[in-house]
Amino acid sequence: MASNSRKTGVLAVATASVMLLAIYMLFFYLPPIKDEAGEVLSGSFRIFFFHMPIAIISYLAFGVVFAASILYLRDKSLKWDIYARSAAEVGTLFAFLVLVTGSIWAKDAWGWYWIWDLRLTTSLVLFLVYLAYTMLRKALEEPEKRARLSAVFGILGFISVPLSFFSIRLWRSAHPLMFGGNTGGSGGGLEGTALQLTLLVNFIAYFLLFLTLFSVKVQNERMEEELDSRRYAE
Amino acid sequence: MIRSFYIAAKDLKAEFRTKQMLNSMFIFSLLVLVVFSISFGDFLGDTEKVEKLAPGVLWIAFTFAGMLGLSRTFVMETENGCLEALMLCPVDRGAIYTGKILSNLAIVFLMEAVTLPFFIILFNYSLGIGTLLLLLLILFLGTFGFIAVGTLLSALTLGTRTRELLLPVLLLPLLLPVLIPAVEATAGILAGNSIGNLIPEIRLLAVYDLVFFVISHLVFEHVVSD
Repeated sequence: MASNSRKTGVLAVATASVMLLAIYMLFFYLPPIKDEAGEVLSGSFRIFFFHMPIAIISYLAFGVVFAASILYLRDKSLKWDIYARSAAEVGTLFAFLVLVTGSIWAKDAWGWYWIWDLRLTTSLVLFLVYLAYTMLRKALEEPEKRARLSAVFGILGFISVPLSFFSIRLWRSAHPLMFGGNTGGSGGGLEGTALQLTLLVNFIAYFLLFLTLFSVKVQNERMEEELDSRRYAE
Repeated sequence: MIRSFYIAAKDLKAEFRTKQMLNSMFIFSLLVLVVFSISFGDFLGDTEKVEKLAPGVLWIAFTFAGMLGLSRTFVMETENGCLEALMLCPVDRGAIYTGKILSNLAIVFLMEAVTLPFFIILFNYSLGIGTLLLLLLILFLGTFGFIAVGTLLSALTLGTRTRELLLPVLLLPLLLPVLIPAVEATAGILAGNSIGNLIPEIRLLAVYDLVFFVISHLVFEHVVSD
């Protein structure tokens, strides 16, 4: 247990330093970005550099929930349930941050916080599905049953997200005029090494953040598990 | 398969003795339609607006009324240890799931069959036989997906403290991929589109139905293995 928490400490320090570097690069290293027409994009575009890594990592987190849920149903080992619930919780946080950062950028770029765009709606659905997952966990007390039932929901929820994506795409293409313009675009291609490097460093920073939060959470859950088992053993 | 029919027949027999669920579902869906019809009262003559709103209203009525029924389907088994007896049946757990789907489908279809004429009257549609058949196809596909997921989640929420509250919370996010194409297709049909224009919606509904039926069938055993 002690070596685990030391590892987490190292991870946390690494996360903090890469995060600082990432933020520094965002504000001081990144050159002004021009769109296809050659006009300089407003500073809010910088949100993209942490918006995208967060979004990808939230998908990754839910992939972990899905895989851990399947493994739980196969092995019935509480170890997998700990991974599933830790990833779900961190993933929900990331999914929420995707919505927040996206909305702030959208307010500046489009003038609205929210439109029913394909990606926005899919992100919202993802967030809602895992919010429901958390609700389910809270409503169950018995550990074995909670693990089993939430594993089932974790599998169903993960499968519903790509289907939501396709259904929303269908819906959107039926009403193209509601959105108008280039809503999904992120302002031209990402050319230039400075941009790509900044994106990469941000990506690493948020991946490390995910790993840190995840391992802290897993440790917490293990301790809780141990506490419970000792309490019931008496 | 035949065993699923026995389970469905048992459920339907129990339901038709009281008709409690059927009646409350039907009255609820009718009330939803009436409430919307009243609140849209000012522009019911405006066909363009009605065409945009009515399909959503129809599916709201079906979903919410269906949810009433779904929350009961496993709760009624908890009395007198029926659930344990059901699990002791010499059948595969998947057959129990399929049986429950069949009985739920029958009940929800009955509710929809009675609600649909009221919808047509309140929102002033006049449909030909071809349109009606197409609408029934979409209703079938949409309802099947709804029931396939709903039946599983109904069993899943059975053991929770707040099952009646939890079922809609869990069900609605998962239902989005059914509701969007179903509402779109219904709007298309009511606007007079032919089947050729509805292929993407129908395909998506069919994929959803198939995927969720198979997955739910596989995991159902874990839901009820107490």
